[in-house]
Amino acid sequence: MTGPILLTLALASVTTLILMALALPLAWWLATTHSRIKPVIEAVTALPLILPPTVLGFYLLLLMAPASPVGGFWLEVTGSTLAFSFTGLVVASVIYSLPFAVQPLQAAFERVGTDMMEAAASLRARPLDAFLSVALPLSARGALTAAVLSFAHTVGEFGVILMVGGNIEGRTRTISIAVWEHVESLEYAEAHALSAGLLVFAFVTLIAVYALGRGRMLHVR
Amino acid sequence: MFRAALLALLFALSARAGADEALVAVAANFARTAEALAEAYEADSGHTITISSGSTGQLYARIVQGAPYDAFLSADAERPALLVETGQAVSGSRFTYAVGRLALWSADPDRIGPDGAVALSGGFRFLAIANPRTAPYGAAAMEVLEALGLTDAVADRLVTGGDVGATYAFIASGNADLGFIALSQLPDGQGRAWIVPEALHAPLAQDAVLLSRGADNPAAVGFLAFLRSDEARAVIEAAGYGAGDRE
Repeated sequence: MTGPILLTLALASVTTLILMALALPLAWWLATTHSRIKPVIEAVTALPLILPPTVLGFYLLLLMAPASPVGGFWLEVTGSTLAFSFTGLVVASVIYSLPFAVQPLQAAFERVGTDMMEAAASLRARPLDAFLSVALPLSARGALTAAVLSFAHTVGEFGVILMVGGNIEGRTRTISIAVWEHVESLEYAEAHALSAGLLVFAFVTLIAVYALGRGRMLHVR
Repeated sequence: MFRAALLALLFALSARAGADEALVAVAANFARTAEALAEAYEADSGHTITISSGSTGQLYARIVQGAPYDAFLSADAERPALLVETGQAVSGSRFTYAVGRLALWSADPDRIGPDGAVALSGGFRFLAIANPRTAPYGAAAMEVLEALGLTDAVADRLVTGGDVGATYAFIASGNADLGFIALSQLPDGQGRAWIVPEALHAPLAQDAVLLSRGADNPAAVGFLAFLRSDEARAVIEAAGYGAGDRE
């Protein structure tokens, strides 16, 4: 039973780290740009909120196939396929949870406002310096919310993993997949143990999120 | 235009008057065949049959939980028998509607030769099977691997789909190099298959049963009777199954 739990925690941790690295610059750009393609990028970022996991899973399955350009390239470079692997789940989770990282960060950056950044610039702070010493500290709550939501949303992922994971013990059988399999096999005691754990985890996480930023981002959905 | 449509609708409705509806749970391997059979039966009887498919284990779990199914077309004999035993299905209604055949299939025609056992012991990345815990075709696939002495050799290259439909998707997309599916699922002219000798696994007797909920439903009772007719048996055989029980 600990197998799926450890795997899920590992998946959520790696996904959150990658997401934060991607989302910080992306959210900053979205918060400050006046580009005309901003709505397009925002829409792409928010797509995983709207699309059913089956749609994402189906396209990812096709994309990861050795015969597709992406899957073929990956196979050539790494020697292994993306589908049915931990790496594949990380890729899927990063896409699936992207809005949960970007949106709280973008909102926080937008609240910092241009005045603060201009003040920093007038004190001769370089843009990166101003970002690191002014914008980021002021957005710490938003960043923490983004990280917590990314982690939690990845823990709760099911449909995409079901479609590209292949249910391999120790590699792709996450908690949600294990619960599903237990229920289908009428092993309700095992399903209860994992489900109750997840329920408590989700509740505690949400309390943390609401305490952090009064859950502003959750109203957006 | 609108009037004509309304009239057509009224005619359709009046033709349906007195017709009944049945919701039938069908094991994933038989879903496509069942759709074809349901269509033929609907044309004959005027009743309506709605098919809901999934793995046998999945459907069984739902029935036990009180799902509103009138009949169950399982991929095994065991679960329908259990439902009769526990009073959730009508005793005496159980019969074998088809005998399943297992196929080892790859989307790559060069991967499987005349003897599938060779392909199974060769170099491949992933072998897909349906989850043996919930899908009888997956359990049969495990028996084949056991009979060929390959269980340990393939253990860490085995991926499982929730039912044979998901397993098919893994293979068709090329993510799994090869895998076990139902003979009835084989696509025309794509890739290559090895029809697994029946001696390598226990027979896949697929039983149907009338569920308690559908006991007095003419559509469900009639559809099960239809499955034993010569007409239906011919369709079932043509789809890649051994024939089931006669009327």
